[in-house]
Amino acid sequence: MRKVKIYITLKEGVLDPQGKAVQNSLHSLQYNNVSDVRVGKYMEVMLEESKDIESQVDKMCDELLANPVIEDYSYTIEEVV
Amino acid sequence: MKFAVVVFPGSNCDRDMYFAITDALGQKADLVWYQEADLSSYDAILLPGGFSYGDYLRSGAIASTSNVIKQIREAAEAGKPILGVCNGFQVLLEMGLLPGAMLPNKHLKFMCHYETLKVENAKTMFTNSYEEQEEIELPIAHGDGNYYCDEATYTQLKNNNQIAFTYKNNPNGSVEDIAGITNEQGTVLGMMPHPERAVDSLVGTTDGLRLFQSILTHWRDKHAIKA
Repeated sequence: MRKVKIYITLKEGVLDPQGKAVQNSLHSLQYNNVSDVRVGKYMEVMLEESKDIESQVDKMCDELLANPVIEDYSYTIEEVV
Repeated sequence: MKFAVVVFPGSNCDRDMYFAITDALGQKADLVWYQEADLSSYDAILLPGGFSYGDYLRSGAIASTSNVIKQIREAAEAGKPILGVCNGFQVLLEMGLLPGAMLPNKHLKFMCHYETLKVENAKTMFTNSYEEQEEIELPIAHGDGNYYCDEATYTQLKNNNQIAFTYKNNPNGSVEDIAGITNEQGTVLGMMPHPERAVDSLVGTTDGLRLFQSILTHWRDKHAIKA
């Protein structure tokens, strides 16, 4: 069994209103050195062993998990015993 | 003319769409459940607003992988008119029938009020009852209506006359005030404002009815030539 940890982030240049709101909140808590916040998504997908697991995860991300118009993704694959 | 209104779990403007066709336009419509839908006998397909699958993952993303989507692609290839309003627009973007994507509104608020729109292209099968550059009033009701596309895509939309409607006072941060776009062939329209909520003067305006009349006019013209 493999655990795939997928990180989905907004592409550079795509406005992130939620990140901006979080940044403003951090400023109001006096964290004045915060210069930018981007909010993304984290997913864990459990996969049974198969030989081309990476290309499968790429395909999942392209087809559904991320929207390539606005989002980038990266992932790590861990072995689970 | 016979319209299909595709109903997903979480659609909530499906009945408004149905009554816009049956009561206001005076044509036939069916509410078709997405799992059992057979779209082959319909002349036009309407994807209503709402919150399909509770907007899980991204608005319209889960609906865009359901089985009925294959039939919608086939209908698009056959050149049938396909209209997606609000969540329906989001589904069309997620399935890639229209270019671009939706982001949360610039100020993160769900907005529900009337907006003034400009008709940017009055030559499409959805807009032939309007005048070019005419200003119309339609209600909006969305949280994720901030249309995004990159510059290359925008140039393409502009050069192919795919921008159908723009906002006069951009409420949500959409690129270049875009409120509605068509595909390259002009047979698929996605828009955030709700024409189906503006079909009776009792509720304020009939500016939305003319969009459905446009579809009907186009359909009649097309079939009159064949006959």
